[in-house]
Amino acid sequence: MEIEVHVLHYLVISTVMMFCGIYGFFTRKNLLALLISAELMLNATNINFAVFNRYLFPEQLEGHFFSLFGIAIAAAETAVAIAIIINVYRNINKILTDDISEMKG
Amino acid sequence: MFSLFEIAFYAVALCIIVFSVLAVTTSSILRSATYLLFVLLGTGGIYAILGYTFLSAVQLMVYAGGIIVLYVFSILLTRSSGTMKYKIRRGKMISVLLTTLVGMALVMFILATNGFALNIIPQGVELPVEKIGNALIGTEKYQFVLPFEVMSVLLLACMIGAIMIARKRN
Repeated sequence: MEIEVHVLHYLVISTVMMFCGIYGFFTRKNLLALLISAELMLNATNINFAVFNRYLFPEQLEGHFFSLFGIAIAAAETAVAIAIIINVYRNINKILTDDISEMKG
Repeated sequence: MFSLFEIAFYAVALCIIVFSVLAVTTSSILRSATYLLFVLLGTGGIYAILGYTFLSAVQLMVYAGGIIVLYVFSILLTRSSGTMKYKIRRGKMISVLLTTLVGMALVMFILATNGFALNIIPQGVELPVEKIGNALIGTEKYQFVLPFEVMSVLLLACMIGAIMIARKRN
């Protein structure tokens, strides 16, 4: 038994996800919503790694492990970013990017 | 005739596309996090369809189980669960839409003209966990013990860093 799905269909999904993330990153002003958009972009790249590995080089495992390590790094990045955001909120009581301008030159 | 896996794939694909658009356009941030959860579940489904069941399980545990909970907690902690309807300048909105749509069209065009001819993968053949384990602890070519160990150090460092940053000072 085989699955007949063209590799392009996976890539279209990840492209849509990637550009949704980019759109959200440009339009959102809440720091947490920005982080959610970044998650979307990271996931799109992970899908691409796994798909290229499976379709182009099914004997190798590089893409699979890149996705695995990508997930771990994304988890680390999210934890640190949320810690920073909570700290910023605790200090100045604001969460919107427009209000956080202390370090703007 | 579509097989069950193909129907599952297109259902997951539709789910991912719809929910990722909703996640960046909805005006409530708690809803946005929920839609992100559905997108991440769909991504796990795609890994499972590809045959990478271990990766799918990792995706579900780390993302859907861990990160989303973290998001929901921090949304509630920072009291940002109100509305997110901000005034965005018209010029900025036009340029954002232009960037996004033109970029997406460009990438789609490159993908479509690249001439991928591959369209078949075996159904129900999953990557054995034994192979993953051997590749993760081996030191030879195409084996990954060094990145694995570097990753563990990175996770430790960022755990300590997160605690240091977020703790209460008195």
